[in-house]
Amino acid sequence: MIGESMYQELILEHYKHPQGRGLREPYDAEVHHVNPTCGDEITLRVKVGDAGKVLDVSYEGQGCSISQAAASVLHELATGATVAETLSVVDEFTRLMQGRGKVEADEEVLGDAVAFAGVAKFPARVKCALLSWMAYKDAVVRSAAE
Amino acid sequence: MTSHSFDVEKIREDFPIFSRELPDGRPLVYLDSGNSSQKPNQVIETMREHLALHYSNVGRAMHVLGAESTDAYENARDKIAGFVGAPSRDEVIFTKNASEALNLLAYSFGNPVNTDPRFTLGPGDEIVISEMEHHSNIVPWQLLAQRTGATLKWFGVTDDGRLDYTPELITERTKIVSIAHQSNVLGTVNPVAEVAARAREAGALVALDASQSVPHHPVDVTALGADFVAFTGHKMVGPSGIGVLWGRGELLEAMPPFLGGGEMIEAVWMDRSTYAPIPHKFEAGTPPIVEAIGLGAAVDYLTEVGMEAVEAHERTLTAYALDALREVPTLRVIGPETLEGRGGTVSFTLEGIHPHDVGQILDDQFGVAVRVGHHCARPLHLRFGIPATTRASFYLYNTTGEIDALVRGLHHVQKVFA
Repeated sequence: MIGESMYQELILEHYKHPQGRGLREPYDAEVHHVNPTCGDEITLRVKVGDAGKVLDVSYEGQGCSISQAAASVLHELATGATVAETLSVVDEFTRLMQGRGKVEADEEVLGDAVAFAGVAKFPARVKCALLSWMAYKDAVVRSAAE
Repeated sequence: MTSHSFDVEKIREDFPIFSRELPDGRPLVYLDSGNSSQKPNQVIETMREHLALHYSNVGRAMHVLGAESTDAYENARDKIAGFVGAPSRDEVIFTKNASEALNLLAYSFGNPVNTDPRFTLGPGDEIVISEMEHHSNIVPWQLLAQRTGATLKWFGVTDDGRLDYTPELITERTKIVSIAHQSNVLGTVNPVAEVAARAREAGALVALDASQSVPHHPVDVTALGADFVAFTGHKMVGPSGIGVLWGRGELLEAMPPFLGGGEMIEAVWMDRSTYAPIPHKFEAGTPPIVEAIGLGAAVDYLTEVGMEAVEAHERTLTAYALDALREVPTLRVIGPETLEGRGGTVSFTLEGIHPHDVGQILDDQFGVAVRVGHHCARPLHLRFGIPATTRASFYLYNTTGEIDALVRGLHHVQKVFA
């Protein structure tokens, strides 16, 4: 019965109806990340505007419900926030995912991403949840370097 | 024992793992034997007893325990030679696994110290494999092609998961043809005797990755017409850490050592060495002693049950599974949908649901252990335009009731993702 708690309604909803999917112009940086153990992959673009505001996170990828829903939630959380804000969310999300199910999630910071808390109990699936978030972090760093 | 006296419930009693429960009281439904098989008491006890009462190093120890250990280790070699019909026990080389066996073989080609023309390899020469290979029968040959400048070629796979066998792919420039006897994803059993005959005609050597066939069918290495056959212990109710390369004696004798070290030598000077005869030439260092002995016990166990009976039982399970899976909406079998020329490995996709999600729910809710992913055969999945599959693989201890559990689980998976 543990598995069902991982497949929260919100995750399934994002998997079936991904938000912001598709690669869009314009963008500052594009990255491609792969999870070699399961073959999940994502191509992700970011566009950052004035005052470090994230104007768009667009992506295309394939993989399990966890990896695809995580990208969709990331799109919603990041778009419209500042880069600094989003990076603190990425940090909190990473801390939660790597906490082996023993870390209390900060819902204030995470918003909808808190639905992934159950994934942290499954070490094999943590990388699925983190794939797009790590790709985003990478893209933001590259866009700043442009 | 004949197939009439095959009693799966009695066999299950030999495997202690089937008496355990998973967390939350779920029963274990183990459909992942293509990945690694479970172990019977006979193997566990043989290994325990050797470790407890007879253990010491083999070959080099001049005492009672050394003799007992060496006898048991070499006796295991005899058993395995008998099990696969090897003309000589010295043709059975113990390796760590099938991957090491195939790497050992690949190392023999295009090797400057090996001047035997059958093993010379350079630009213009060809290595032939297939698109349905496990990575362990792809990457060693890629490495060889990179080292030598030889060309790597491969047979394709048809839409229904058969080897797209085109004899003309094998030419007079082909030095080695290495293909799977049975695919670890599709379950397809390849027409290896036909391929071997064509290779022989062209003057090429033939290797078979028999990791998925030796555990499940009666296999006679000479009847296959191959020069080399690789397989692994842990998929045939034996322990992990022990595999086998069988090769024709005169070829093994012509091949250079793969790993250098203790016990593989005849004499050593500071600037050169001469080597032990086969099989020890290829067994440098202290081998996996207890694992080899465990594999000997595994072979005894399978022989007692009877490989014809194992094959017949798996055939019944496969027929049952192919029928039952047909009832699951949107399920697509990747591989032959009939029993002809196939073994008990069934891979499939469910539309719109990723195999990792399928596997997770089957495990967490139903205790059904399957494998999900590309099963170390990524090129095959690319061929079918899919990133991954869910794979159920059967063995002598599986039941039709377990296939029912799988099907119930798949219906539930579809409900979660509806």
